[in-house]
Amino acid sequence: MNLVNNVFSRLTNHFCRPQKSAKKAKERLQIIISHERARRDHPDYLASMQKELLDVIAKYVAIDKDAVRVELERQEGCSVLELNIVLPQQE
Amino acid sequence: MTKIIVVTSGKGGVGKTTTSASFAVGLANRGFKTAVIDFDIGLRNLDLIMGCERRVVYDFVNVIRGEANLNQALIRDKHNKELYILPASQTRDKDALTLEGVGTVLDELRKTFDYIVCDSPAGIERGAQLAMYYADSAIVVTNPEVSSVRDSDRMLGLLSSKTKRAEEGNGKITEHLLLTRYSPKRVSKGEMLSLEDVNEILAIPLLGVIPESPAVLKASNSGVPVIVDSESDAGQAYADAVARYLGEEVPLRFLEEKSNWLKRIFSFKEKEVV
Repeated sequence: MNLVNNVFSRLTNHFCRPQKSAKKAKERLQIIISHERARRDHPDYLASMQKELLDVIAKYVAIDKDAVRVELERQEGCSVLELNIVLPQQE
Repeated sequence: MTKIIVVTSGKGGVGKTTTSASFAVGLANRGFKTAVIDFDIGLRNLDLIMGCERRVVYDFVNVIRGEANLNQALIRDKHNKELYILPASQTRDKDALTLEGVGTVLDELRKTFDYIVCDSPAGIERGAQLAMYYADSAIVVTNPEVSSVRDSDRMLGLLSSKTKRAEEGNGKITEHLLLTRYSPKRVSKGEMLSLEDVNEILAIPLLGVIPESPAVLKASNSGVPVIVDSESDAGQAYADAVARYLGEEVPLRFLEEKSNWLKRIFSFKEKEVV
């Protein structure tokens, strides 16, 4: 049984070679760089403004801070600040 | 019109100084009056790579502080009379370089030079930002390796926002990718990011590919920029890159594994004789 397993794993190793490391490098870079590029255009005040906005909203509504999405999108000629807040259901 | 070129990378040890030295020699060899400036204050090394370390009397910071004039600080290259080196200071004072000071020195150089090559320090601190601030074009030196590619992308971000051209909306800096320490053999084995991979990720025009080569260490050992070694692969690749920078169309070389069967037979014979 062991022998069969051994042969089998050798065969799979031969035919399904482990991923080449350069390919892995490229995939990781593509992900991290697109993430960093998206953040690059954000002005420095965005983080603190986001926090203050949430504090104000939290004063009036009980919100789950994880259910909030703040995005800044550059469009031609202007920037759009998008606040996506899931309000709790009223009881 | 004088052109200011910054050689930058973010990451250290990828070949900025090697590139600055060879590029400056290449431009001077084409007859352009060229100055190459070391912006790595505190860690001067361009002088060693250019082989003029024993001729440094005054430096960049001395000129900015008015302790010497520019002509006293500029070192004329041994081999090419069109080429001058402005060495960095060894001071540990981080504020030794100022925006105005650098601007004044560059304006003074503009009067007589065709090209000014600014050798940036690694990192994104003051020295690196000042090296790029006044630039018209940038050579982004990158190794086919994850941290280098990421840092290069970061530098591209800074080039498009933290430079005089960007601030004044005076046209974008022209960006050029120079891929260095490239090993075709390892690329073909899937062990190293390929030229296409890096091109796809950074997406800026390619200036050249410098192969990993023993000639580079040999050149820095002897204080002669590798481009002078015109027999070497790296030297030829730098000469090609300079030609491309000047607008000539030169095909890429040294992208294939050296697997000439004739060569192999000869090397085999050589071994036998020894």
